Amino acid sequence: MNDIFLSDIVINLSYGLLWTIGLSLVAFVMGGIVGLTLLFCRISKNSYLRNLTKVYIEVFQGTPLLLQLFIIFFGTGLLGIEIPPWAAATLGLTLFTSAFLAEIWRGCVESVSKGQWEASASLALNHYEQMRHIILPQAFRISIPPTVGFSVQVVKATAVTSIIGFVELTKTGSMLANATFKPFLIFGLVALGYFILCFPLSVFSRRLEKAMYIS
Amino acid sequence: MTYQFDYSAIGDYKEILFSGIAKTMVLTFIGTTLGLALGIFGGLCRAWSIRPFNYFFTVYVEGIRNTPFLIQLFFIFFGLPSLGVVLTGWQASILAMVINLGAYCTEIIRAGIQATNKGQIEAAVSLAMTRMQIFWRVILPPALIKVWPSICSQVIIVMLGSSLCSQIGTEELTYAANFIQSRNFRAFETYFVVAGIYFVLALLVRQLMMYIGYKWIAGRKL
Repeated sequence: MNDIFLSDIVINLSYGLLWTIGLSLVAFVMGGIVGLTLLFCRISKNSYLRNLTKVYIEVFQGTPLLLQLFIIFFGTGLLGIEIPPWAAATLGLTLFTSAFLAEIWRGCVESVSKGQWEASASLALNHYEQMRHIILPQAFRISIPPTVGFSVQVVKATAVTSIIGFVELTKTGSMLANATFKPFLIFGLVALGYFILCFPLSVFSRRLEKAMYIS
Repeated sequence: MTYQFDYSAIGDYKEILFSGIAKTMVLTFIGTTLGLALGIFGGLCRAWSIRPFNYFFTVYVEGIRNTPFLIQLFFIFFGLPSLGVVLTGWQASILAMVINLGAYCTEIIRAGIQATNKGQIEAAVSLAMTRMQIFWRVILPPALIKVWPSICSQVIIVMLGSSLCSQIGTEELTYAANFIQSRNFRAFETYFVVAGIYFVLALLVRQLMMYIGYKWIAGRKL
């Protein structure tokens, strides 16, 4: 057991880091697609659809991600479908991400000033045309900094999937810590791994925000 | 054969659930109180560039905000004993929650302090108030009210995040859920009910925080 060198630890952690990156990317892209669908439901004219989406968003924002993952992991088992941890992790994070992104984007759509709606309505554009040509392009610009900022949350949220057994950076770290009895070093390196992923995203998001503020 | 849901299986474990709820709330309460205190101090140091604390808080804020809570928890619980600091699960959970919330509060409160109107400070100076008086009576209350909604959201996030403390053996609500489902083998029902409890707790905590914010902080203002 003493034959695990620092190089082995770093190599194994790098593999874990790759899985973390992969899961983050998939969760972010799929969460973005689902989130966009939710956004359109959330701002649609149909009040039934709007309230349903509101409940969905509040449920996912008001319960711990860990329990969402547990429910998906065990719930699908009850339906007779045995899904592997990676599938449960992807599904759970996608739903989690979509709820947050939909809410962030709704804020952006609503921050487009009323005058824009009125001006476009006075040009006889219908609801779809207003959205397509006037509101969404402006909302899209506003939404970039908070969306990049939220990607940091997604990367950090992937750590929770280690608990249902998905082998990413945190799980690799726990296993290595158990094997080497060097938890201080290993969890330090794991934290560094997450920091390397998240810090540039944080800085980028802040810079975008500042650029937006100036313009 | 379709699965028969049986929520009555959870009823036998009411006491464990209630004790779990109580412990989650205690964790949240201590974490919020100390985290907020840390955040006020850190926010002040960063906003007014008080050396050398502002350097420390910059590193602290960036370090905590860019790593997952679970890793912070593992680092404190499993990592610190190598430095001779042995903490129980309960102590490690509280420490991790305070450190985590403290970092977010520092950043939020810094923004609030920096948004203070210069005229307010000049007016306070002209009344011969000391630096500390100006901070406590003129700058902090409006700054806190301004950022209170963000603080509330962060407290909710930290409360939901406390479910991760079950992973180091802290007997809070998620630990209770794991315990119950390992006894009655009703994993789905148990987690479903506990998720519902968290949802209600989140709503309650938000109401309570808003009440505290407007009653105490805004009430004390001016």
